[in-house]
Amino acid sequence: MKLPIFLDNHSTTPMDPRVLDAMLPYFVEKFGNAASRNHAFGWAAEEAVELARKQIAKLINADSKEIVFTSGATESDNLALKGVLEMYKEKGTHLITSSTEHRAVLDTAKSLEAKGLATVTYLPVDKHGMVNPDDVRNAITDKTVLISVMLANNEIGTINPIREIGKIAKEKGVLFHCDATQGVGKIPVDVQAMGIDLMSFTAHKMYGPKGVGALYVRKKSPRVRLVAQMDGGGHERGMRSGTLPVPLIVGFGKACELCEQEMATDTARLTAMRNRLETAIMAGLEESYLNGHPTDRLPGNLNISFAYVEGESLLMGMKDIALSSGSACTSATLEPSYVLRALGVGVELAHSSIRFGLGRFNTEEEVDYTIKKVMEIVTKLREMSPLYEMAKEGVDLKSVQWAAH
Amino acid sequence: MAYSDKVVDHFNNPRNMGSFKKDEDGVGTGMVGAPECGDVMKLQIKVQDDMIVDAKFKTFGCGSAIASSSLATEWLKGKTIEEAQKIKNTDIVQELNLPPVKIHCSVLAEDAIKAALADYQKKADKPEAAR
Repeated sequence: MKLPIFLDNHSTTPMDPRVLDAMLPYFVEKFGNAASRNHAFGWAAEEAVELARKQIAKLINADSKEIVFTSGATESDNLALKGVLEMYKEKGTHLITSSTEHRAVLDTAKSLEAKGLATVTYLPVDKHGMVNPDDVRNAITDKTVLISVMLANNEIGTINPIREIGKIAKEKGVLFHCDATQGVGKIPVDVQAMGIDLMSFTAHKMYGPKGVGALYVRKKSPRVRLVAQMDGGGHERGMRSGTLPVPLIVGFGKACELCEQEMATDTARLTAMRNRLETAIMAGLEESYLNGHPTDRLPGNLNISFAYVEGESLLMGMKDIALSSGSACTSATLEPSYVLRALGVGVELAHSSIRFGLGRFNTEEEVDYTIKKVMEIVTKLREMSPLYEMAKEGVDLKSVQWAAH
Repeated sequence: MAYSDKVVDHFNNPRNMGSFKKDEDGVGTGMVGAPECGDVMKLQIKVQDDMIVDAKFKTFGCGSAIASSSLATEWLKGKTIEEAQKIKNTDIVQELNLPPVKIHCSVLAEDAIKAALADYQKKADKPEAAR
């Protein structure tokens, strides 16, 4: 087993070597511009791009013409929200989204709000982080232009009832954008069955390269239109100008093909390893709390709060395991994760959370090592924690007058 | 964020981690911070003849908070009450090479020292009331 171990597969994933193999010819040998229509270099590049487009479209049950390449999911989210609200401004300016979206959606919504281009409804989530479709229905007005709800949350892995929301959107004639960054390639996604009109996703979360993503834009029933956010050569059906990064797109396509082929085996393996990690930690450490939905969540996701210990110190105590914490202990942001706060997790427990993200290349040996390390460090830090000591003495921590600073 | 070697050392090998009984003679206890802010420090001193003969800490917080309190206990031992009053958060920042975002950890440690000293003084002034 090699250290450090990478257990932060929600942040990014290592590229599959098979993806790299597919990409390599497109750097030096086949370097053409896919928009060059008059020579063999361009044709070769275009052919490769169109194959990738098909591979990507197939994974989400779309038509290849509905795939618009971008630099990544952040750009896709920006393009979807800004592009649609600008295009349909005559109809209205109302946008519905949820409070646990990624910041690429939330900050875009806030920016539209600040510029007076949108009025935004931020829907709450339940204690597992799930959006209630009835809330979506109730929020829709005749001025609603777009609903944007994520497929799976990046911190807690909770999977939203997208199909139900898609149905409501269709019924009410409102466009539906889904930020599916964490879900595509991990769980089955079908834009037809789910009633999705626009969908953001990116290659590097599914064992592809960084720097390329896509926005799915529905072509019929309805035909979605949007205003491009970048002027230029009119690439990608005029929705996103800029020379296509052919090697990255080839890698993206290959990554999608592999995810489609291996989804069943990946899911079975990851779920088994994740459950092993979850069971061992939750059984071995008192007062550890699962954040997210107990069953409806991404196969590789596990987010736990360990009472009485602070997240950043937990990470520091497990230096040879790459993990992420919902706590940011800096003077600038003493605020812990807004996602956990939206579930109603107390601030102190939000400060104590760790996100484990398992991926295709993790092994059982790594999981066992992680279990051992987590038990050791949580026990050690609790010994060091005045809060744990007080709780053991029977002090109700909520009744204490803290000298807040 | 990369931690300095000294922070890592204090985190891995905390000095004087533990507790005294709060009502023990000559013990002063300072507890500062709040769980909602992500850090709570408990710092205790044991004083004999105006001299801090022992010190202990327990901290809930990030690595820099743990290191700051661990270092504080080391510095307190062997100091007189008056000398201990002079420990500044900037000394801790310098010793541990804390980055700007972690300066509040050192401020908290200074507050904890002051609180422990004040608690000791209060008990020393009114020995009966402390029992």
